[in-house]
Amino acid sequence: MLILGIETSCDETAAAVVADGRTILSEVTLSQDLHNLYGGVVPELASREHTRTLVPVVREAISEAEISYDDLEGIAVTNGPGLVGALLVGLSFAKALSYSLNKPLVGINHLEAHIFSVLLERPELVPPFLCLIISGGHSNLYLVESLGRYRSIGSTRDDAAGEAFDKVAKLLGLGYPGGPAIDEVAKSGNRDFIKFPKARMKSGGYDFSFSGLKTAVAIYVSKLNEKELQKRRADIAASFQEAVVGALLDNTIAAAEEHRMARIAVCGGVASNSRLRERLKASSETQGLLVFYPSLELCTDNAAMVAAAGNFRLENFPPDDLELDAFPYLELGD
Amino acid sequence: MNEAGFLKASKEERLSISADRESTRKVVSSSPEETESLGERLAKKLSPGAIVALLGELGAGKTCFVRGVCRGLKVKERITSPSFIIINHYRGTLPVYHIDLYRLKGPQEFLFLGYEEYLFGEGVTLIEWAEKAEPYLPPETLSVSMRIIDETKRELSFSREPW
Repeated sequence: MLILGIETSCDETAAAVVADGRTILSEVTLSQDLHNLYGGVVPELASREHTRTLVPVVREAISEAEISYDDLEGIAVTNGPGLVGALLVGLSFAKALSYSLNKPLVGINHLEAHIFSVLLERPELVPPFLCLIISGGHSNLYLVESLGRYRSIGSTRDDAAGEAFDKVAKLLGLGYPGGPAIDEVAKSGNRDFIKFPKARMKSGGYDFSFSGLKTAVAIYVSKLNEKELQKRRADIAASFQEAVVGALLDNTIAAAEEHRMARIAVCGGVASNSRLRERLKASSETQGLLVFYPSLELCTDNAAMVAAAGNFRLENFPPDDLELDAFPYLELGD
Repeated sequence: MNEAGFLKASKEERLSISADRESTRKVVSSSPEETESLGERLAKKLSPGAIVALLGELGAGKTCFVRGVCRGLKVKERITSPSFIIINHYRGTLPVYHIDLYRLKGPQEFLFLGYEEYLFGEGVTLIEWAEKAEPYLPPETLSVSMRIIDETKRELSFSREPW
């Protein structure tokens, strides 16, 4: 099926056309370049910016895919979780488009879309597998029992992994987004310089907690003067990153063992972290696990993954009607 | 988008966020658990429409305090940081709006969010990084400034007698 995907759950305005859930014909995500086209920085949080930018983004996706609106066989749109105002912009637009073109509409859970960001490019990845979704807003561990059947086995008790990266980057005077900034500077740092508390839950299960780690870094940094911070920035970044990666890795490997999963998918913005990939590679080799990632462009929020999930939904379930609503706290699976 | 149609508070009436006012109550918490208990204790004093502004640096314990308030209001859901999503809703004995303005650049963006309806709603509104909405918070807002003393100790300063 030829599906138009629309994603406006947070800061990115994105549209994509994907054929059969496998072939990306176009993927447009409003980036800094496009922001410049519209004359200045788009206020990060404003859903009205989605209103302004969504139509040109969709037009560009259609034209880049070299198709017409009539060729579409379905419209998939993220309807949760996310910022409610932001979600509603994409949803209302998708409904209007579905109604006017008389094409089936399907609402997509943003977390399921992330799982499809891996499936889209890796046809050899078949359930059951373990999926770790790590981004600025999420840290979730799912058992993907079959496509469409997900069991949540762990999530964060406080901050998301990507959020911890962003906040610590700010403490260290590094840029935003914090993930890539810390990843880069950590390469020249000593990751054993400070033993930060590893964010692991005492009470069993596979939940994450990153707030205590963030606080430990905040307190450490507050004791340094500017010169000392300069000198130690890379070491602190590397030590912090090691603690986050360690917690993610420990939980994931332990869950894979307990649930006898031989395949692990890792997606979301933090999945591009180089140290995580390095350590996961080492562990997976020793344990005989196969690890799958999306390509770097599909790690962060995008609409291709929404279209891919939409393809699956529309092929297997009836479409949604125009009563479809946005759910800011939508959960995935049971 | 201007403030004219929104809060008509004059400069004098606006919440003055200051930890050193005479009416300030200071409490020292020596653990996250104690900070949570202080929040729980405060919850009993909150009525519909109450606004609590939480101020303080990263790691000061704002979310921890919120967790306590939520426990006091019998919220069953897990309290996580809303930094990314800006606002979490919880259902307790009163609706709880847990707002986190960390990612906002300033007060203008707060207006942009259109959250004023929460401030005058039936629920309790807890705002982390309230510094970024300061000009728009009504005078009845209770502010709690949190300061890191050391690894475990935090100083909480209330803008007025909270108990």
